[in-house]
Amino acid sequence: MINYFPEEVLEHVFSFLTSHRDRNAVSLVCKSWYNVERFSRGKVFIGNCYAISPERLISRFPRVRSLTLKGKPHFADFNLVLHDWGGYVYPWIEAMAKGCTNLEELRLKRMLVSDASLELIAKSFPNFKSLVLVSCEGFTTDGLAAIASNCRFLRELDLQENEVEDPRGQWLSCFPDSCTSLASLNFACLKGEVNLAALERLVARCRNLKSLRLNHAVPPDVLQKILARAPQLVDLGAGSFVHDPESETYNKLKNVMQKCTSIRSLSGFLDVNARCLPAIYPICINLTSLNLSYAPGIYSKELVKLIRKCKKLQCLWILDTIGDKGLRVVASACKELQELRVFKSDPNDVGNAAITEEGLVAISAGCPNLNSLLYFCRQMTNTALITVAKNCPNFIRFRLCTLDPITPDAVTMQPLDNGFGAIVQSCKGLKRLSVSGLLTDQVFLYIGMYAEQLETLSIAFAGNSDKGMVYVLNGCKKLKKLEIRDSPFGNMALLADTGKYETMRSLWMSSCKVTFGACKSLAEKMPRLNVEIINEGDEMEGGSDDRQNVEKMYLYRTLVGPRKDAPDSVWTL
Amino acid sequence: MAYENDMNLKATELRLGLPGTIDESQIKEPSFLKSNNKRSSGDMDNSANEDECSPVPKAQVVGWPPVRSYRKNVLQQQKKNFDSDVLGMYVKVSMDGAPYLRKIDIKVYKNYPDLLVALENMFKFSIGVYSEREGYNGSEYAPTYEDKDGDWMLVGDVPWDMFVNSCKRLRIMKGSEVKGLGCL
Repeated sequence: MINYFPEEVLEHVFSFLTSHRDRNAVSLVCKSWYNVERFSRGKVFIGNCYAISPERLISRFPRVRSLTLKGKPHFADFNLVLHDWGGYVYPWIEAMAKGCTNLEELRLKRMLVSDASLELIAKSFPNFKSLVLVSCEGFTTDGLAAIASNCRFLRELDLQENEVEDPRGQWLSCFPDSCTSLASLNFACLKGEVNLAALERLVARCRNLKSLRLNHAVPPDVLQKILARAPQLVDLGAGSFVHDPESETYNKLKNVMQKCTSIRSLSGFLDVNARCLPAIYPICINLTSLNLSYAPGIYSKELVKLIRKCKKLQCLWILDTIGDKGLRVVASACKELQELRVFKSDPNDVGNAAITEEGLVAISAGCPNLNSLLYFCRQMTNTALITVAKNCPNFIRFRLCTLDPITPDAVTMQPLDNGFGAIVQSCKGLKRLSVSGLLTDQVFLYIGMYAEQLETLSIAFAGNSDKGMVYVLNGCKKLKKLEIRDSPFGNMALLADTGKYETMRSLWMSSCKVTFGACKSLAEKMPRLNVEIINEGDEMEGGSDDRQNVEKMYLYRTLVGPRKDAPDSVWTL
Repeated sequence: MAYENDMNLKATELRLGLPGTIDESQIKEPSFLKSNNKRSSGDMDNSANEDECSPVPKAQVVGWPPVRSYRKNVLQQQKKNFDSDVLGMYVKVSMDGAPYLRKIDIKVYKNYPDLLVALENMFKFSIGVYSEREGYNGSEYAPTYEDKDGDWMLVGDVPWDMFVNSCKRLRIMKGSEVKGLGCL
C-alpha cells in the first residue's frame, strides 16, 4: 500500500525525520524509499572520513546542505597518533565545491584543516552559514579571515579547542560592515590578540547574536561594553576576568551583568581574579550550563560560593580543585544536574588530586538525573560504584579515569570489576563507557552480558587474557567503537569474530599482544576493512616479522579501500 | 568470587600505583609486559616494599591520564603565568669568581637602579653608570642576562618590563670580559 503514495508525500513524511539513524533505517526499506530519502537528505553524518569518499557522498546525496566529518581516531587526543596520520578535509571541500555548492554547514572533528581549505569554503559556497571546528589543526587566522570576509550569510563560527596559529591577528576586522547575520561566535581557543574595536562593532550590529565566547585577549572593560550592547546573549564565554574589584570597570560590569537575564550558559574565565566572581552572581540562578574547567586559580571556597547559587544547573564542567567537599555542595545545590565533568587541574600531577570516590557518591545521591559523567579521580571503590549505579540508573555516558591506571579498590584492594559490573547492569541505556583501575577479564564478562546499548568502549591497562576482549565482541551487539591500549589481548581475540568489525566503525589497539601476522591475515580475510599499522619509526625496517607484536593498529570499515594519503609511517595491510 | 580462583594478576605487575596500594601477596604471575611490546613507562620492577617511603617519582606513561593536548597546553601556560605572577620571578645570579650562585626575585624591583643596587649589595661590588653608548664601561663588573632566546645581553638596554619578562638568569661579568660588550 505504501507504494501507492506519491513521492512528494513520502518526502514530506521523511522531512520529519531528523536523526541520521532514522533516515538510514528508512532508506533500507525498499528502492523507492531509498531514492526518495536520498534526494531529500539535507544533513549527513560521517563518523570516519575514510569510510566513504566525497564523490560517493555527493552522488548519493546530491542535495546535502550540512556535513559532519570526523577524522583522527579518538586516542589522537592523547598524543597516541602521529600528527600527520591523516584526516585532511581539503579533498572533501574540493569535491563539494565541484558537485554540491549549496553546502551551508560544515562540522569537523579531529581533522587537518588548512588555510587553503578555509579559503576554498569561503569562495565556493554562496549560502555558507555555519562552520564548527572541534579539535582540528592546520589552519591559521588567515583562513578565518577568508571566512569572515566572504561568507555573507555566516551565522555560526564555532572554534572549539583547536590549535590555531595566529600570524597576523586581523581576522575579526575582516567581517564586513554588511555582516549582521552572526548568531554564534566562539574564538576562545585563539591565542593571539583581536581587534577589540572591530569586535565591539561586530557585536553591536549582529542583533541575532546569541552565543559569544571570547578569548583571553578580551579584557573586562571590553566585555562590559559588549554585554551592554548584547543583553540578549544566551551563551557567554568570558575571556579575561582579571580586574580590581574596587575599580569603575568592575562596577560597570556588575551592573551590566544584572541586565543579562537571558544568559543560560557560561564558560571561559581563562584568566580570572576570584575576587571578581561576585559580579556574575546575579545570573547564576538562570544558568543551566557552567564550564569553569579552563579557569585557573579559583579555589574551592570561591567555586563553591558560586555554584551554590546555580540551582538550575544541568551541566557542570569543573576542575578537581573543587575537591570532594565542593562536590558535596554541588550535590546539595544542583538538583537538576545531568552532566558532570571533573578535569585534572594539573595535567602533569601524578599524585595528589583532591577527588575520590566520595565526591562521586555524594553527587549520585543528590543528583538523580545524572546521565553523563567524566571523572578524573585519585581512587575509586567497588562499593562507591555500586552505590552510584543504584542512585543513577540513567547513565548514557560513564567515563572514569583514575590517576593510576591500575589502581585497585582503595579499601579492599580488589579489582574494580564488580563496581563497573554494577554500572552496566543498572544503566540499561549506557552508550559510552571508559573503564579505569585494576580490572580483570571479569569486568568484560559483565560488560558483554549487560551493556546492550553500548556503542563506545575505552579500555586501558585492563584484563588478563583474550577472553576479556572476546566477551565484549560477542556480547555488545551495538558496539561501534572499541579502543584498547596496554591490555593483554592478542591474536585469538582479534580474529575471533572478524565479521563483527564490519558492524563497527573502528577498532584501535595499541600496546596489546596482536602480531603482524594476525593483522595481515585479518586484512586479507576482510577486504572491506582498512587495517592500518602505525609505526613509530624504529620498528619494521625492511620486512616485518609476522610474530612481532604490533605497537599500534587501527582498523575501520570502509567502502572505498585503502586510503592514498597515508604517510610513510602508516601501513595499510 | 570468581576472581579469587583466576589469579592472573598480570596487570598488577605494572608498578604505577602509589607505593603500598597493591597487596603484594596477590601478585603471582609474571607480567604480560614481558613481550616485544615497547612500553613508555619505565617502572616495571616489583619492588613493593615502599610503604614507608615517600611517593616514588613515577615514570610518565604516554597519554595517561588521558587529557586532550589542547587542554594540557592551556593549563600549562596558565600555570606558567600564575607562577610568575604570584610566586615571583626568581632567577639565578652568578658572579664571575664567586663560589656559588644566588637567586633573586626580579619582580620585587621596579626599575634598573633598584636591581643594580640590590646586586651590588648582594655580591659586594660596584657597577658603574649605565650609558646606552658605552654600557657599563669604566666599572669593574657589568651585569648581563640570558634572555628567552638564549642570548646573553647587557642589562639596561631594553625597557624594564620587557627585561623582567625575558630575563632567565643573570651573570655579573668581570670588567675585562665586558670591554667587548661596551664597545657595541
